[in-house]
Amino acid sequence: MTGESKEIELLTNDSGTLSMPYEWSIGKYGSLFFKYLREKRRFLGIRCPRCGKVMVPPRRICGPCFQDLGEKDIVELSDTGTIMAFSVVNYPFIDPATGLKRPIPYTYGYINIDGSDNIFSHVINGTDETKIKVGMKVRAVFREKMEGNIQDIKYFEIIR
Amino acid sequence: MARRVAIVGTGQTYHRSQRLDVNGRELISEAVIRCLEDCEVSIKDVDAIVIGNMDHFESINYVDAWSVEGSGGHMKPIMKVTTGGTTGTSVAIAAYYHVASGLFDRVLAIGWEKNSESDTSAAIITCSDPIWDRFSYAGAIPSLATEASAYMEQYGVTQEDAARVAVRERAHAGNNPYAHLRKPITIEDVMNSPMLAYPIKLLDVCPRTDGACAVVFAAEGVAEKIALTPAWIKSTSVRHSTTWFGDVDYNTGLVSLTRASKEAFEKTGIRESVEEIDVCELYLPYSYAGLKWIEAIGFCGPGEGPRFVSEGNTDMGGKLPVNPSGGVMSTNCIGATGLIRVAEAAIQIMGKAEKRQVPDVKTAFVTGFGGCWWSDAMVLGKKKPL
Ligand SMILES: [Zn+2]
Repeated sequence: MTGESKEIELLTNDSGTLSMPYEWSIGKYGSLFFKYLREKRRFLGIRCPRCGKVMVPPRRICGPCFQDLGEKDIVELSDTGTIMAFSVVNYPFIDPATGLKRPIPYTYGYINIDGSDNIFSHVINGTDETKIKVGMKVRAVFREKMEGNIQDIKYFEIIR
Repeated sequence: MARRVAIVGTGQTYHRSQRLDVNGRELISEAVIRCLEDCEVSIKDVDAIVIGNMDHFESINYVDAWSVEGSGGHMKPIMKVTTGGTTGTSVAIAAYYHVASGLFDRVLAIGWEKNSESDTSAAIITCSDPIWDRFSYAGAIPSLATEASAYMEQYGVTQEDAARVAVRERAHAGNNPYAHLRKPITIEDVMNSPMLAYPIKLLDVCPRTDGACAVVFAAEGVAEKIALTPAWIKSTSVRHSTTWFGDVDYNTGLVSLTRASKEAFEKTGIRESVEEIDVCELYLPYSYAGLKWIEAIGFCGPGEGPRFVSEGNTDMGGKLPVNPSGGVMSTNCIGATGLIRVAEAAIQIMGKAEKRQVPDVKTAFVTGFGGCWWSDAMVLGKKKPL
């Protein structure tokens, strides 16, 4: 045919930007968490009777113990916690939920909710990394109209 | 009782940021052909194939079937294995299981990725829990950054300490013709590179790479006929963790790596790891891992990583050279990344590593790392295990 092609333009095809919607089940315990958040503006956790650890959000099974947890094991927690780790996100990327660039900078934080033994991942308000420290106390700030999803918590604000 | 198994051949692509001249299948075929040439095994003699890549990176389901013309798997038993960052080591361990079971004599393991085909962070975010974690999660970098920030706070580790690891990886990559990033860098270069997510800067973290790797595993009795110096699998270990980022204890270190390393060492009788291991290929996706995770493995005590590295122990010519290939921070075609660690360790044992060869390697140690803080470990040896 044409022999070795030296100057060929190498093509790509793009997928377009249409999103593919899903509908994920939260389950009973997760649904209770969001209901309580809306009504009481407090977090719910769950205590494993075997290892004694309080985990937030509440879930049906303690992973390390493989222990079935009941509604009786659900415990009320506060709306405050401690920063265990954080990172100021400063680079652009696509949010798979929207297909759009997620607004940056923002601060990704791991919060130990008071009374729990694990970490809750969310957003901390403030992006000056010199003013945020591991060990600082934070409080959850909620949005006005709760919809039963993680964004019912707007962010955690540093209280001291 | 498991059969003894050895690696008899390896092949890799010349890893690049974007390979527009090949599609995924063609990329795979380059590594497979190089691997089969390396061990002079015909595709006809391959009994089964294990292949893996990252979910959502190329948006292709059934990669096992989709890749058949590139893998050589037409009308063969093929299994796809996908475990996030550990995919490459999982593929290797699954291939090892295949042969060790006694059901297959020669198994081809393949890992590949065309990282250039999607937004890496968006693809990685789909690994996080959609109800609880996905809203705030921003992909691998901030999740590693949170670990780093906790580690720095705990032991007074500095950004310069971590930069030293990045400098080592790149210096080593200069000896590896397959590596993606080969230009030497300095601590100053790392410190001056753009801040991506505090405390991780551009040169603290792995690149996005298009590449593939293939490895042939063979059974005792077969392996010795194929390779002059087979690289024997002495032990493997896999430790997975829970699914939520919030369930990780950032102050206790990478527990899965500690447990996997401990088991892999115990199975093969390693007591003094630093003394008994000759070379490591560790899955270190960012510079701070080169400090904290060598503590998790037990090469030094908690908080001692910076000193262990700055004293040159992990450099070429040091007591325990880490990543002669340049490691993950020089090449990261994710589905292949763990398998490249395994291949590079085998190459060191076989004495085929050319400019990146560590002299007289008898024992090599490999790790894999994945998404919710899980770990694989593998010990390879020149001597057939008892
Ligand atoms: Zn428990």
